Amino acid sequence: MSLHISDLSFGYRHHPLFDGLHAEPLRRGELTALVGPNGVGKSSLFRLVAGLLSPSGGTISLDGNDTARMSARRRAERIFLLTQHTATRAALGVFDVVLLAKRGWRGGKASQEDIAHVEEMLCALRIEHLSDRMVTELSGGQQQLVALCQALVRDPDVLLLDEPTSALDLRRQLEVMELVQKVTRRRNIVTVAALHDLSLAGRFADRFLLLQDGRVAVDGTPEEVLLHRSTADAYGVGIEIERTSKGTLVVESYLR
Amino acid sequence: MADIAIPSAGERYRRRIYRKSLFVLGAFAALVLAVCIDIGVGPGWYSPAEVFRALVMPDTVEPKLAIIVWDVRLPVAVMAVMIGAMLGVAGAQMQTILHNPLADPFTLGISSAASFGAALAIAVGVGLWPAGGTFFIAANAFIFALGTSLVLFAFTRMRGVTIETFVLVGIALFFTFNALLAFIQYHSSESQLQQIIFWMMGSLARATWTKIAICAGLLALVVPLAWARNSMMTALTMGDERAASLGVPVARLRLEMLASISLLAATATAFVGTIGFVGLVGPHIARMLVGEDQRYFLPVSAAAGAIILSAASTLAKGITPGVIYPIGIITALVGVPFFLSLVMSIRRETWR
Repeated sequence: MSLHISDLSFGYRHHPLFDGLHAEPLRRGELTALVGPNGVGKSSLFRLVAGLLSPSGGTISLDGNDTARMSARRRAERIFLLTQHTATRAALGVFDVVLLAKRGWRGGKASQEDIAHVEEMLCALRIEHLSDRMVTELSGGQQQLVALCQALVRDPDVLLLDEPTSALDLRRQLEVMELVQKVTRRRNIVTVAALHDLSLAGRFADRFLLLQDGRVAVDGTPEEVLLHRSTADAYGVGIEIERTSKGTLVVESYLR
Repeated sequence: MADIAIPSAGERYRRRIYRKSLFVLGAFAALVLAVCIDIGVGPGWYSPAEVFRALVMPDTVEPKLAIIVWDVRLPVAVMAVMIGAMLGVAGAQMQTILHNPLADPFTLGISSAASFGAALAIAVGVGLWPAGGTFFIAANAFIFALGTSLVLFAFTRMRGVTIETFVLVGIALFFTFNALLAFIQYHSSESQLQQIIFWMMGSLARATWTKIAICAGLLALVVPLAWARNSMMTALTMGDERAASLGVPVARLRLEMLASISLLAATATAFVGTIGFVGLVGPHIARMLVGEDQRYFLPVSAAAGAIILSAASTLAKGITPGVIYPIGIITALVGVPFFLSLVMSIRRETWR
């Protein structure tokens, strides 16, 4: 039971991005970090998997079903993309925004369970106190937490997180990644997070995918990928890792 | 102290939703009052209570009052409500699909096209509606407005068209039709010119029950469609990408809403000329009162638009006895100070 990306091709006009991208199956219950330098196609890959972009070739299948054959609505129920930009100017309340992930498109009122679920997730992310505020009043980090809450409430089979911690403070980063890890295991879903903080990624991810030159260049455990020469080359830096006395993976990078 | 339980986030949400429902009811109650005042004002003044009585129980009031209310003033008053509601809904939809609170139903050149169509009919006698008759000018305005929308449709179908290019095309159309309109005005006779200018100012005096029926029919078609898409439209306010990742078919939704806006704006302009401001400010007031959850935003926008136009219609009759000013002049003249005072006085907390 997994997400399978095979032979994926895609490009923007005058700018080919992927030509036959292939990844070993992304398994349920596994938190994968998608890493790679800026502009390598992490967000585009997410959009392709979520169906926001259509590939020019190749297939993406979820539990054996081709996602291109699913209806847009069905696909959006099973695969959710937390977009990189979470700032919004919508005149909506925090609770309304999170609940939107639950409301069916045919209108109608939210059920008791849905409201309870939203409450639960607001508490899990420690943003319950923001629930009466307008999203436009919130800081960038708070807006990101609200978007994350929406993603978790959505309860998809595949959770794609595009830099989910980019605007968060130190404690929030750890809390969010821990929660994402827990949710991935407990709900047995496929979670892929694009992360630039390799220490944070190394600490919570089960697996690393390094994207480089339109393909998955290295695939393996955090240590394997971090120590691989291609990773250092892709970023153009030197990378060293060590374990602290508490067993935490620390990634040190330097310009070479 | 201990037994004062703080309501949970969900409970507070339910209360907010309830409060917003009351806002919707309140808005429509205010509209009924505005209409009664509107009908009461004219060469003979009647109180809202008398008007209400004449409307609900025509047999119990003196025949003269019943005739004035029902046959003379009601068509104009109802037309004001219809047009106001149409512009309010169209404005709300336009602001939502363009992600821009400064948009209105006429942002994309629809009113200029309608004015050009009307001018063409008045000055040259060229109409695209073969039947002619009472709807000759209106039909021509309508056809041109809708034609403009079709051009815009064609643009949205092109790949890689962003909202910005879309708005630019609308602005280009706006200037094109204004130039063409000026061209026609330049070549018109004095009486034709007068007629064109009067048409463009916007007037409810041309109200008839037939037109009202057409407007009502259009609203009955458009509003349920918009209502069925209220969650999607609410999701769209968060941005295209976030809406799309929730499964909203963004491109199709935008096209559907554009079709709805075009029909509403084209019909309104064809019947009463260009009435600006209402489609911009109606949704603004609604946003301040209930936010952008479309379940409340849409009805309150409609009610706010209708109230503004009713009030403007009242003032158009009431300022100078015996003179009915074109309503297009009044809406902006009186509406702007009112709107500014509202912007200044309303605190952010109230638009939850």
